[in-house]
Amino acid sequence: MAHLPTDASRLRAEFGPHLNTAPPGGWDADLRPERIVETHCCFCGQQCGIKLKVAGNKVVGFDPWEEFPFNKGKLCPKGVKRYLQGAHPDRLLHAMKRTDSGFVPMGWDEAMERTVTEITRIQETYGKDAFAMLSGVSLTNEKSYLAGKFARLGLGTRNLDYNGRLCMVSAGAGNKKAFGVDRAANSWEDIPLADVIWVSGANVAECAPITTDYIWRARDRGARLIVVDPRITPLARTADLALPLRPGTDSALTNGILHLLDKWNLVDRDFVRDHTSGFEAALEAARDCTPEWTSAVTGLPAAAIEKAARMWGEAATSFLLHARGIEHQSKGVENVNSCINIVLATGRIGRPGCGYATITGQGNGQGGREHGHKCDQLPGNRDIENPGHRAHICGVWGCTDEELPRKGLSAQEIMNEIHEGGIKGLLCLCFNPVVSLPDSTFTREALEKLEFFVSLDFFLSETAQHADIVFPSALHEEDDGTSTSAEGRVIRIRKAVEPPGDARTDWEIMVELARRLGKGKFFDHFTSPEAIFQELRRASSGGTADYGGITYEKIEKQMGVFWPCPTEDHPGTPRLFEGGRFFHPDGRAKFIPTPWRPPMEVVDAEYPVWLTTGRVVFHYLSGTQTRRIGFLVEQCPHPYVEIHPRLARNLGIAEGDAVSVATRRGELVLPAKLVTTIRPDTVFIPYHWPGNLGANRLTARNLDPVSRIPEFKVSACRLARTTPDRFPPELLELMAAGKGA
Amino acid sequence: MVSEEFGFFIDPQRCIGCRSCVAACAECGTHRGVSMIHLDELDRLASTQTGPTVCMHCEDPICAMSCPADAIKRTEDGVVHASQKPRCVACQNCELSCPFGVPIVLPGLEQMLKCDLCYDRSSVGLKPMCATVCPSQALLFVPKHEVAALRGSKPLREFRIGALTIRTRNAIMVPDPEIPLNLDASILIEGDL
Repeated sequence: MAHLPTDASRLRAEFGPHLNTAPPGGWDADLRPERIVETHCCFCGQQCGIKLKVAGNKVVGFDPWEEFPFNKGKLCPKGVKRYLQGAHPDRLLHAMKRTDSGFVPMGWDEAMERTVTEITRIQETYGKDAFAMLSGVSLTNEKSYLAGKFARLGLGTRNLDYNGRLCMVSAGAGNKKAFGVDRAANSWEDIPLADVIWVSGANVAECAPITTDYIWRARDRGARLIVVDPRITPLARTADLALPLRPGTDSALTNGILHLLDKWNLVDRDFVRDHTSGFEAALEAARDCTPEWTSAVTGLPAAAIEKAARMWGEAATSFLLHARGIEHQSKGVENVNSCINIVLATGRIGRPGCGYATITGQGNGQGGREHGHKCDQLPGNRDIENPGHRAHICGVWGCTDEELPRKGLSAQEIMNEIHEGGIKGLLCLCFNPVVSLPDSTFTREALEKLEFFVSLDFFLSETAQHADIVFPSALHEEDDGTSTSAEGRVIRIRKAVEPPGDARTDWEIMVELARRLGKGKFFDHFTSPEAIFQELRRASSGGTADYGGITYEKIEKQMGVFWPCPTEDHPGTPRLFEGGRFFHPDGRAKFIPTPWRPPMEVVDAEYPVWLTTGRVVFHYLSGTQTRRIGFLVEQCPHPYVEIHPRLARNLGIAEGDAVSVATRRGELVLPAKLVTTIRPDTVFIPYHWPGNLGANRLTARNLDPVSRIPEFKVSACRLARTTPDRFPPELLELMAAGKGA
Repeated sequence: MVSEEFGFFIDPQRCIGCRSCVAACAECGTHRGVSMIHLDELDRLASTQTGPTVCMHCEDPICAMSCPADAIKRTEDGVVHASQKPRCVACQNCELSCPFGVPIVLPGLEQMLKCDLCYDRSSVGLKPMCATVCPSQALLFVPKHEVAALRGSKPLREFRIGALTIRTRNAIMVPDPEIPLNLDASILIEGDL
């Protein structure tokens, strides 16, 4: 059913991506703003403060918000140019239905009725769980919370998951195992106080640029920097020690460090004895991880491993940061816990300058994993299978335990089940799985098998192109709410303009659908984002992610409130674990043994080169937004493959050559970018593009057994020089556009 | 007037190549979509090092000296402004003579444009747009005494180019010699690959 309604080139011509390069009316228009709205960037998890200039119900520009404490006016280029998506010509203005020749506008009422009829038909025919829902963590906290409640009580399905599943869930699961709570242990203000900073699998300069400022502030005091990554990223370029390890060997390195910390007596024995458990078991798992063994596995010199252990072990204060490089693996949780093990072994957590954090990737990646739109979770970071947790939420929601579904499938598993035929209907908002899930050919096949697919979107994403009904939804600046940054700081998102045309906010669409599904009694009181937030506060109270004492007024007054904040007179908690108290019932942190094992796919004679994927600074995730902003596209118009000159020479590849990159899933033909800043046994492709340009045509559906996160960062591929006539037409179009920049 | 207390410092060591400066420069109230900053990848094959170029605001600006139409003015606060539209004849002398490669004569506009330190902002106590947004401290507009706290770097305001000695309002932070210059990942790893 859900095949593309017409060919992809016609869809591109009608719905974009087209480029917006100037504010409404052009650069020569009178751009004097009528209002300035203090809000936040709509992109990554740094959630930088920003001022939007508004005139005539349009966002016409930006101003730095220098008073906001996190970024003090600093912005990456996405933040500067984000305002250009507001009055974008590709915006969806009306509900649409798919016909044999493309999408045509339809009335709101008709779209609602058709959707409700199809959901009802599928659930009556195949069961409640045959209708699934996917959502995203660019949603505000209010919408995340509502998505969880809407799926469970509006749709009555257990199969709800979110695109945080492609982001930080390994960090979250590892944090819960070690600390009993899933949040950065510190605000970023502890970074400048650290004497050594360890960054693993994080291209900070491109994925979280504002964090470089905190790292420089530490280095101005003399702090040393260790960066672990197969590529010499812009931050690694300046590091005191860069460790370009072989992809998929992160926990081998950190086990090797733990081994040396113990051997050289650099372990804080008092802290380990008084505040942790499981140290001996973790050490046992690292017993054989000598520098020689670690060197053989990681491909790093033993001397460099020893140097890292000395630097880390002998410091008085330290901060460890990691991101998707170690989390996007089939052993992402083990990688995270192995990092935490070296933090705990040195006892450097819970006091000034001593900390640990994952650098959240998506806008509300932190808040989005607290409010219950994960398949296994209820609001307040509660466990959906825990009877006490269920009872609390049933009390807040006014439902019975029988009405509250149990644990469902994760995002990739939902797509697998659609492909298998077990799930027949799907509602998708704020998620572009055709681009962002691994093995995108499989994803596309799955969507084509759906009997009914409804999408909420503000641009027609590559996934929404498969929908039967599309509801036009609202942009970030068209709604109020809150978001929670990588630090755990809850901040205010402020509405700047009204949605255009028939577009409505996601929460209004969900509430109306719920009413028409006969579930209004659970949703009728949601008349504003703040009304949803009031219920979120009650639902989270007593949970680990406790928002009970946070109000909109308090957020504005304090410029953010760090959770947990259980009561209205509580100031919030920027630094967790002070006094060595952790969130497990015994108050101790847990060492988790992390014996190293290989990735699920390894290089061999047929596919001899490691492939890893990631971001560039000019684009955000699946590119639905940034591939429409002229300046950003001009800086990086298309994907490419980074190859070390030694590998390129062996294969007869020169700069700019057409290169075929093939894995067991598929093939891409991309231009070569020769750089010495990558390991010679590894290639890199940025993942922001769809279809024939999509890195996720190549990646595998291998999942971490705990977090169910796919192994985006490690695949085996083969490369061959080919001829430019094999470049896909979309690439040639983008290359031509790029030359004009 | 731009406060004498404040200096503009360019620290290429800390540049991460994100082009926020380029993006934001175009958004300044007087620049109207045209960026006055160049940002170059110095040698992408060998390094991720990038370098931002903004006007150095010379004490005796060669661009102004070489201008036959007297269109380029330096104000008392040391800011060298873009050419005055009524006078500029778009001859490109400024573009050719500037030792830092800053002025640009835009085709179609018939006028030389260059960084004016966001005079609309800096003359009323705000930072230039590029230095405000720069996320990595590569571009700084701060009280001059604060720069001493920067790790191992020194501000350089005097440049010798051929027989010329050029003194500038803006400063470049001199690179730290301890930063490794060879960025070939293959030398940091060992064994067969």
